[in-house]
Amino acid sequence: MDRGSFLRIGSALLAGVLLLAGCAAVTLDKDLNLTPEMFAQRQIQTRRFDTTDEQKILRTCAALLQDTGFNIDESETRLGILTASKERDATDAAQWAVYLTVSVLLGVPIPPDKDQVMKAFITTRPVGTAGQQVAVRVVFERIVFDTDHRITKIEALNDPKMYQSFFEKLSKALFLEAHDI
Amino acid sequence: MTSDRLKRNILLLIPLLLLVAACATTHDRLLDMDTSQVQLRSIQSRAFDTTDKEKTMRAIIATLQDLGFMLDRADYTLGVVAASKARADVMQAPGSLRVTVTVRPRGEKQLLVRANAEYMRAPVTEPKPYQNFFNSLEKAMFLEAHQVD
Repeated sequence: MDRGSFLRIGSALLAGVLLLAGCAAVTLDKDLNLTPEMFAQRQIQTRRFDTTDEQKILRTCAALLQDTGFNIDESETRLGILTASKERDATDAAQWAVYLTVSVLLGVPIPPDKDQVMKAFITTRPVGTAGQQVAVRVVFERIVFDTDHRITKIEALNDPKMYQSFFEKLSKALFLEAHDI
Repeated sequence: MTSDRLKRNILLLIPLLLLVAACATTHDRLLDMDTSQVQLRSIQSRAFDTTDKEKTMRAIIATLQDLGFMLDRADYTLGVVAASKARADVMQAPGSLRVTVTVRPRGEKQLLVRANAEYMRAPVTEPKPYQNFFNSLEKAMFLEAHQVD
């Protein structure tokens, strides 16, 4: 068998295996089961404020998101929800350098990252026995697209500093102190 | 030479045939007729001994947030919450696990919570993920989830 046909059969087999892999059941157990890491995340992403006015907190969050360049996507005050997003550039100089080198040397271009959508998801809920406090939780995530507009990654933004600085800003805007949960 | 090429072409055809065999008709997909609807409904539903729709919906949203989902849509009047979560499997492009949860009254004293999930362009029909979800929800609700028929 010459090299060409060997390659062709190989790639046909690979395609078959990939197809079969796509049919196999994926376990989603981890996604819908609470893990200690998820609780740790909650700790980082949540603060309590001494107020009974949940709506005021939501209004302030909306204003703060607007200040930081987000657009509001969805809100339901009755359930204490706010989601927002913004589109930003995701160009990474180091990645471009790798891209250019690889495409010159191997002739196989791997498109580098170009754009990203950053998302914020805020929930509020009254806490405490008499509901004298409101807990605010914010989660940030980003979706990165390459130069071919394909999604290259979707990742939660887990740096505690981001959350700290968000709550510092919120605390200032509310004139209230933020407590850890 | 001819038979050589034929052999090659047949080998190339196999994955194609596998692809076609995996295809369902549009009708099957639209109404997802392959699983028993009754069975699926029982896997995806639980009853809670409460009539507090707001508290239940807040608990659902908090649970989804705990599980790392991002909210897509929520409507109190309809009692609907839709959320999605990014997943990255080996050898696959990032896909999202999408969940829709609905809340509606069941009799005078209960609320029925139904969740349905979709992943990799197919409905999630195994019972385990739903069991996990309702276990997590039970903790947020401080109430027991009852199996319904």
